[in-house]
Amino acid sequence: MFNVSQVNTLTYNPELCNGCRLCTIVCPHAVFTMINKKAHLDNPVACMECGACRLNCSEGAIAVESGVGCAAAMFRAALTGQKEATC
Amino acid sequence: MDCKSTNSCCSNEKDSTTTFHPDDAVIKKTESTLTFKNHLDHFKARIGLRRNEHLVIPGLYTLGMPDENSKVFVTANYTLSFDALRSALKGIDCFILVLDTQGINVWCAAGKGTFGTDELVHRIDAVKLHEHVKHHKVILPQLGAPGIISFEVKERTGFKVEFGPVKASDLPDYLNNRKVDAELRRVRFGIFDRAVLIPVEFRSPFMIVMILLSLFFFGDLVNHYTIGGWMAAIFSGLVLFPLLLPWLPTKDFTAKGFQLGGLIAAVFGYLIFVDNPDVELWRMLGHIIGSFLLWTSITAFLALNFTGSSTFASRSGVRKEIFIYGPVMAVMAVFGTTVLIVSNLV
Repeated sequence: MFNVSQVNTLTYNPELCNGCRLCTIVCPHAVFTMINKKAHLDNPVACMECGACRLNCSEGAIAVESGVGCAAAMFRAALTGQKEATC
Repeated sequence: MDCKSTNSCCSNEKDSTTTFHPDDAVIKKTESTLTFKNHLDHFKARIGLRRNEHLVIPGLYTLGMPDENSKVFVTANYTLSFDALRSALKGIDCFILVLDTQGINVWCAAGKGTFGTDELVHRIDAVKLHEHVKHHKVILPQLGAPGIISFEVKERTGFKVEFGPVKASDLPDYLNNRKVDAELRRVRFGIFDRAVLIPVEFRSPFMIVMILLSLFFFGDLVNHYTIGGWMAAIFSGLVLFPLLLPWLPTKDFTAKGFQLGGLIAAVFGYLIFVDNPDVELWRMLGHIIGSFLLWTSITAFLALNFTGSSTFASRSGVRKEIFIYGPVMAVMAVFGTTVLIVSNLV
């Protein structure tokens, strides 16, 4: 109740991880940590869907539908008929 | 992120044609001391004045007396970004590579893709970076990562991308320790980070519409507390909400806004009530209930609009908030306005 915004589209397949640790470096909210030389999805709720981890994962182990979490931009996009809300 | 260095993402979209400057390949000089003119420019950027004109010419800059072993730092061509970087590098001889992000800060430009792989690759080639340094490493702010595929940059230019700390001011620490503490990798959104965003929120077209609308509410029940209630609803959404954000209960922006707005609206409703002892009770209650519903929905809407300025709202989460709370706010506003008009005009 009243926590409906705590959702995101982040998914991670640890079997593809090559242990490069880039996801732990680029994430602004420490969603991933390294455990035994593999990335571990530690705090998925904190994900803001910026897409940095997906972009920098050379193995394609991470999927996330990235975009801006900006209500004003979404309203503007809806009013002006844009497909995708941008800042 | 706090749109990373701290500014709102929602500037007006600019013409996206890349501007090429004839001086692209020329090395420019800069220094780490900020002048009064720089500070004035920052002030204007913060209050949203000429938002798209805080530009730095893209290209390669020298800070101090760099040589072929000196580090290369990459930033956006927004004055706040560039100035934060160069002032943090006081006393360090280095190169600064400014990408053309059309005057948008690193985080927002990375989201758009202008602080992106293609522009970085293009800029490294345009300034002939390999002729100026013999190492193959560029240091980027961490918040540029949503636009940069680091392994692709390496493939296309030979330069390895190293992501530094989130804040330029943590760079000296980073350079001394050769690694970034977990804490410097996280985006903080402290009270100062939130407070500097407030002036820009005042440029919301919605707020201007609301203030104009409030002026139409003439009636014998309208007194200074009614006017005060309108202003307080807007002030709560634009000023109190950003300041109190982490301490308001629940996780949803709109739910937080409902609570804050409802509390403030109730206070002004009570003040209106005690100030008008002579009016018929049903008209008084209609005026107060109508105002309460309308004001609360205004504050909640402004709270929802702050999602884009925050550093942690996800697209899925904001969509869900609009889907769930949007109809509630709309019904409250329409019903409240109707009750308000009826009780004032009948």
